[in-house]
Amino acid sequence: MTRLERNERLIKIALLVIACSAVSILAVITIFIFSEGTPIMFKYGFKSFLLGLDWYPSEQSFGLLPMIIGSVMVTLGSLIVGVPFGLACAIFLTEFSSRRLRHILKPIIELLAGIPSVVYGFIGVVILVPFIRENFGGPGLSVLAASIILGIMILPTIISISIDSLQAVPRSYREGSIALGATKWQTTKMVTLKAARSGIIASIILGMGRAIGETMAVIMIAGNAINIPHSVLDPVRTLTSNIALEMGYASGEHREALFATGVILFVIIMVLNTLANLTSAKRKA
Amino acid sequence: MVSSIGGANLRMEVKNLNFYYGRSLALKNINMGIENNKVTAVIGPSGCGKSTFIRILNRMNDIIIGTRVEGEILLDEQNIYDPRVDVVEIRRKIGMVFQKSNPFPKSIFDNIAYGLRINGISNKTEIIDRVEMSLKNSALWDEVKDRLDDNAFELSGGQQQRLCIARALAIEPEVILFDEPCSALDPISTAKIEELINQLKEKYTIAIVTHNMQQAARISDYTGFFLLGELIEFDKTEKIFTNPSQKQTEDYITGRFG
Repeated sequence: MTRLERNERLIKIALLVIACSAVSILAVITIFIFSEGTPIMFKYGFKSFLLGLDWYPSEQSFGLLPMIIGSVMVTLGSLIVGVPFGLACAIFLTEFSSRRLRHILKPIIELLAGIPSVVYGFIGVVILVPFIRENFGGPGLSVLAASIILGIMILPTIISISIDSLQAVPRSYREGSIALGATKWQTTKMVTLKAARSGIIASIILGMGRAIGETMAVIMIAGNAINIPHSVLDPVRTLTSNIALEMGYASGEHREALFATGVILFVIIMVLNTLANLTSAKRKA
Repeated sequence: MVSSIGGANLRMEVKNLNFYYGRSLALKNINMGIENNKVTAVIGPSGCGKSTFIRILNRMNDIIIGTRVEGEILLDEQNIYDPRVDVVEIRRKIGMVFQKSNPFPKSIFDNIAYGLRINGISNKTEIIDRVEMSLKNSALWDEVKDRLDDNAFELSGGQQQRLCIARALAIEPEVILFDEPCSALDPISTAKIEELINQLKEKYTIAIVTHNMQQAARISDYTGFFLLGELIEFDKTEKIFTNPSQKQTEDYITGRFG
């Protein structure tokens, strides 16, 4: 074996080791969360975790239902805010704006993704929460506030993936439609959006994953009360907030119960990601 | 330059047309008439502007940024580039079939129904009737009548192109433009489409771009020869292919270049 060949092989092995370690970190995290979180779920029963209403860790009461509902409400709320805005933005930038405007606006929108979530939370606390409190009532720290802030935070995900999938629609579809006497809007609505549907759905699911996993901004503006909210003006606690707020002082079964919270979150996010992968795989086929 | 045919029954007329992509002049001073219920072919080497020319005839180039048209294009004596004209209405009257068949990712039925729906037809029986009629007129009905709900992409290339013709026919245009409709098809599918064009000219006025000179000779009544953005010669097809008046035309059809 020549020196060159040996070098080549060494580099190959080194890269392989690095690649495997990246994957194995993920595996270790998964195993760790599950091994810490599942025993207590078996001990008290899945039902008491998933459907229990009371979270009193010092009294062995680990009901996560208020937090599960909190996460679901805040996530759905963020979609109600983010999806129409994001889609409208993506449609405007691909179908109606000039190329120059798109080249200016798209990077700016993507920059939104780089703003730390604590900054979003801060803006929420300083501007949005008092606004809601004064105009709609309630404590201000609420499902509504969290939904609006999260809706803005998921915009870059929805917009940039939707733009990519709209741009991937062949020009010939648009031309075929326009040649039949369709207006630009008819073409967009009935041909382009339908052809880009799976990519758009994938963008929404990824945005949803981002919303459900967000922690810092939500802690700052959602109020964190462990109650099932009766209106969007009530405060909620999400699964992620629950972990972040209590992990600092938890021990024993309390700590394990927080890992169990993580397990539930993990499963939800895995399901969402799998759905996103499946829909975008279908697009390529 | 022979630019128009005297005394003809013209459906469309092109007058002093200049066309620009940005600053470059792509078509220079084109004058040409498209006669009613006849097939007018446009031939020429690649890059001569023939596809650009036909796309001007139903304002398809409007959607390309930075293009500009000078001169007049008349459809039934109305300038289709008049700012007061409704461009959507123009494209409805002047249908187009593209080089590469471009059915929508929808069912066979919906591909044809689409044009009807966007033009405000919502009566179901009328849609069903007109879909059937267009498929019959494009000689596709017998091949697809049992599978109208199948995705259009399951059809062969030639069938897809005839579906695109059916789609154009459904909205009952006056003129149909064909932009090299057979360039991606095998000889049998090509023959079917040529035969179809021959039948369609009884009801419609047809303009076709083709890089295939034999095709122009077989199916057209008039032929225009384009070279480097200019219309070199325009005359009856027989005359162009047997006794062209321009040296460049003769060189091209005898295969000396292009």
